[in-house]
Amino acid sequence: MADITISERQAGDVTILDLNGKVTIGEGSVALRTTIRRLLGDGKNKILMNLGGVGYIDSSGIGELVSSFTAVNKEGGTLKLLNLTQKIQDLLAITKLLTVFDVFDSESDALASFE
Amino acid sequence: MAETKELTLPSRIESVDQAAREAEQFAQSAGLDEEFRSAIDMAVRESVANAVKHGNKFDETKQVEIKFSQLPEGFEVVVRDFGPGFDVDDVPDPTNPDNLLKASGRGILFMRAFMDEVEWSNHTGGGLVVKMLKKQ
Repeated sequence: MADITISERQAGDVTILDLNGKVTIGEGSVALRTTIRRLLGDGKNKILMNLGGVGYIDSSGIGELVSSFTAVNKEGGTLKLLNLTQKIQDLLAITKLLTVFDVFDSESDALASFE
Repeated sequence: MAETKELTLPSRIESVDQAAREAEQFAQSAGLDEEFRSAIDMAVRESVANAVKHGNKFDETKQVEIKFSQLPEGFEVVVRDFGPGFDVDDVPDPTNPDNLLKASGRGILFMRAFMDEVEWSNHTGGGLVVKMLKKQ
């Protein structure tokens, strides 16, 4: 079974990615990278990443979030994070990345922030 | 309960999960609580991933040696690779504003954040050894 599933929803011009599973070295990180590249290739550069279903992330997964963020920025887009678990919030605090990402607890607030 | 468990795994990504599963079983049998086990899990994953990726550079002819020990002072994890070694002081601080957007380099930070003691040394027989202790 795959370590991660990534489902896509569209809310106006914002693409919401619902991640479920593990974002770790190997399969999980690669799946995320592939998805972000495809979206950018399709011209979709407003991305809201819902991490509520991510039970585990390691340093490689955190690195992939950063790579996604910089790849989207480079294309003139925006990537924001939704529904961080306590664990992910702790890891982003340790790495000082909470200062980098826009983070939301509410999907409607997150979507409004893209307008 | 066994007080020490040793594993030798090949240098591939799957070994990270395998080492973490073995650590979880060992830590559970030692009666350690979930928060403690979660810290061990993170440290084992990051150290084994470093050994596979940066130490042995995915060379499957090189092994990763792992030892878990339940000691009076706490839970110890020792991971050895067979690579050329490195100086931990040469690893850039990933929390430095200049490095925040780098894609890698946070594993050592996590090992230090979740364990109480982390030490690197060169093995006399070659390779790098990282020894980590989580105090009880």
